[in-house]
Amino acid sequence: MKKTICLYFQVHQPYRLRQYRFFDIGKNHYYFDDFANKTIMSKVASRCYVPTNRLLLDLIKEYDGAFKVAFSVTGIALEQMEQYAPEALESFKELAATGHVEFLAETYSHSLSSLVSPVKFRNQVEMHLKAIEKHFGQKPKVIRNTELIYSDTIGEIAAGMGFTTMLTEGARHVLGWKSPNYLYVNALNPKLKLLLRNFRLSDDIAFRFSNKGWGDWPLTAEKYAGWVAGALEKDELVNIFMDYESFGEHQPASSGIFDFLKAMPGMILNHTHLEMLTPSHAAEKHQPIAPLSVPYAISWADEERDVSAWQGNEMQQEAFNNLYALEDRVRQSRDPDLQRDYRRLQASDHFYYMCTKLFTDGDVHQYFNPYDSPYEAFINYMNVLSDLTLRTPK
Amino acid sequence: MFGWEFPPHISGGLGTACEGLTKGLATHQVEVLFVMPSASGDEDQSTVRIINASDVAVFDTKEEARQIFEKVKFLQVTSNLIPYLGPDQFEEQIDLEKSKEWKDFRISFGQKYKFSGTYGANLMEEVMRYAMVASSIARQHTFDVIHAHDWLTNMAGIAAKRMSGKPLVIHVHATEFDRTGENVNPQVYELEKRGMDAADRIIAVSDLTRNTIINKYHIDPRKVVTVHNAVDFSTVEDREVSRGVPEKIVTFLGRITYQKGPEYFIEAAYKVLQKTKNVRFVMAGSGDMFNRSIRRVAKLGISSHFHFTGFLRGEEVKNMFAYSDVYVMPSVSEPFGISPLEAMRAGVPTIISKQSGVAEVLNHAIKVDFWDVNAMADAIYGLLTYPALTTMTARCGLKEVNALTWDHASAKVKKVYEEVLEETL
Repeated sequence: MKKTICLYFQVHQPYRLRQYRFFDIGKNHYYFDDFANKTIMSKVASRCYVPTNRLLLDLIKEYDGAFKVAFSVTGIALEQMEQYAPEALESFKELAATGHVEFLAETYSHSLSSLVSPVKFRNQVEMHLKAIEKHFGQKPKVIRNTELIYSDTIGEIAAGMGFTTMLTEGARHVLGWKSPNYLYVNALNPKLKLLLRNFRLSDDIAFRFSNKGWGDWPLTAEKYAGWVAGALEKDELVNIFMDYESFGEHQPASSGIFDFLKAMPGMILNHTHLEMLTPSHAAEKHQPIAPLSVPYAISWADEERDVSAWQGNEMQQEAFNNLYALEDRVRQSRDPDLQRDYRRLQASDHFYYMCTKLFTDGDVHQYFNPYDSPYEAFINYMNVLSDLTLRTPK
Repeated sequence: MFGWEFPPHISGGLGTACEGLTKGLATHQVEVLFVMPSASGDEDQSTVRIINASDVAVFDTKEEARQIFEKVKFLQVTSNLIPYLGPDQFEEQIDLEKSKEWKDFRISFGQKYKFSGTYGANLMEEVMRYAMVASSIARQHTFDVIHAHDWLTNMAGIAAKRMSGKPLVIHVHATEFDRTGENVNPQVYELEKRGMDAADRIIAVSDLTRNTIINKYHIDPRKVVTVHNAVDFSTVEDREVSRGVPEKIVTFLGRITYQKGPEYFIEAAYKVLQKTKNVRFVMAGSGDMFNRSIRRVAKLGISSHFHFTGFLRGEEVKNMFAYSDVYVMPSVSEPFGISPLEAMRAGVPTIISKQSGVAEVLNHAIKVDFWDVNAMADAIYGLLTYPALTTMTARCGLKEVNALTWDHASAKVKKVYEEVLEETL
């Protein structure tokens, strides 16, 4: 039986908030930094989404379906593409039409709702399913949660919603001696299969590719395919999951990342015992090796691989509690503008900006952060949330 | 090491910094001879030997005088405050002395100067006399490195360097630009610049000050290193005070002068008071912008919620911090800035201007541009309104402040000494 490589890319852009002062509270209900959002979406579309999609399309044609990938695109990223970069959305639709690209379910807002309640999580996922069907004509059976956040109970909820497979991190503290390169199942409901990210092979591309201080720089497709083949000599399945923005944005075109991506499928498929599959096919094909017990939530973020990047300090918790205390009232309000703003405020990014771990462990945090300090991020967010609270019917 | 003051008798932060530094150096096996113009004898000498310049004879013999003056001719500044210290006049005096008419000679042999050690009207004169004494001290003692703090002691440092040939480290706690804005006193600037030029290494208390030294004094960046100030809070301050008012209190504490940015605090207070009346603002301190500040507050119509305390001393300062819910330091220019650390140590959430050196070492204070009164008002409002922000800044701030020790800073200073010694060998 052939061994499997599963490629999956995450596409997300938050709606960044404008500088919202306390004197705006109760007076001005516009929260978003249109200029920044537009600029960033246009930039990322032209550097990453459009050229990488074109390249993937060529590869799918060239290998006649032997090359496959999967995506999840958040609802608020789709909204921003519609608004600011329709050409990027169009190119994702073209990929969907090839039949070799799978779109996964996730939360609409890239939200942390799975940490609040099953109902709130389900609402978010259902909204996202509608958007995926509308844009790409697919009904996902595979789900990935925001930031690959996963626990036994979150998995159980997903299984209850009819998903067959879920993606999460191959976190070392959960796996122990076990290898991430096999199919696992949820500890509470064995019907839900788990694909675990191989973080070393994923981060070799996503984080290390252009790092000239890295011992393995420069990374060639041949060398990389050799590593993957090596990992699959014994094991069955390598999951390479990363942010799609790694191509052309985090790793600039000048680093040779596109040449690498172009050459990689050929180098992998040269090894005749290897094949590339999408998550749903990979999960169907392989036999689960064991249940995986994850009592506490894990994620793919930071060294800790937990949820402390969004819930690690009291500011984050207070903002989080205030936000979700409003949900039922917002839902009942039947005010579409209020609901739209509420969705955008749920993006986990807003909580990420309030992370105080950044003082010690924070290159990645700094890179994505529009604020100078977590305190500023908190004040701004709470001002916005205060206004939103005033708008919400009692 | 040449300083100007040393606790317990201090008028500014320099003495406290010198004490912290010398104690820290002692733990790193650096022996310090601390010279100051006027010691009182009650200084804590457990870790440092203090030399009172007022007890030092300038020179005992004519030959010694000649030697000193050959080396310290530079002492003339573009000032007519101290003509009797100029080399020309000195030579004249030597001639007079030769002709046995030396009784009028102001610098008589074996004489000791009495320094006031304050910052009085004859400051320039004292600075120069201090330098004369320094050259004597440099002859009488053995040491490896000379370390001089701020412009008041720069001349002493140069004199000691000329006498001994030992490397000179100038420590800049504040520059004339910080003290006066752009209305720089050219005499002071010249003394600062001379010290910096003569120094083998310059220690700046912040990157902000380092940049001033490089850009405004045209010093080679390779010569200037930053060693951030520290604080040694030996005791935990937990003080119970009862407040007479139910509202939250937002405090400004410092000299009410251009440098400290009081007007930005007033404008921010006005903005916050538009939104909530459940807060009182306090401006503690005195200074040349005091009257103007009162008039501005009255004009804005916020006097019922904005209070002036005048100048506060020791215990009153501590009580003021204990009263406060938010501390704001909106300084236009602050080489370092110790007061936010005192506030944070008292558990008070703190807002500081980005134009302060202390902003470079604090993560758990909210930082705003001094001129950005909207951001300042927003930060004040946030601290008054969102409890998680208040508890978190207070808790983390306290922890952060307690970690800023002189032990760490003096290790860096020691490294500077080692570098200059290596270069001069």
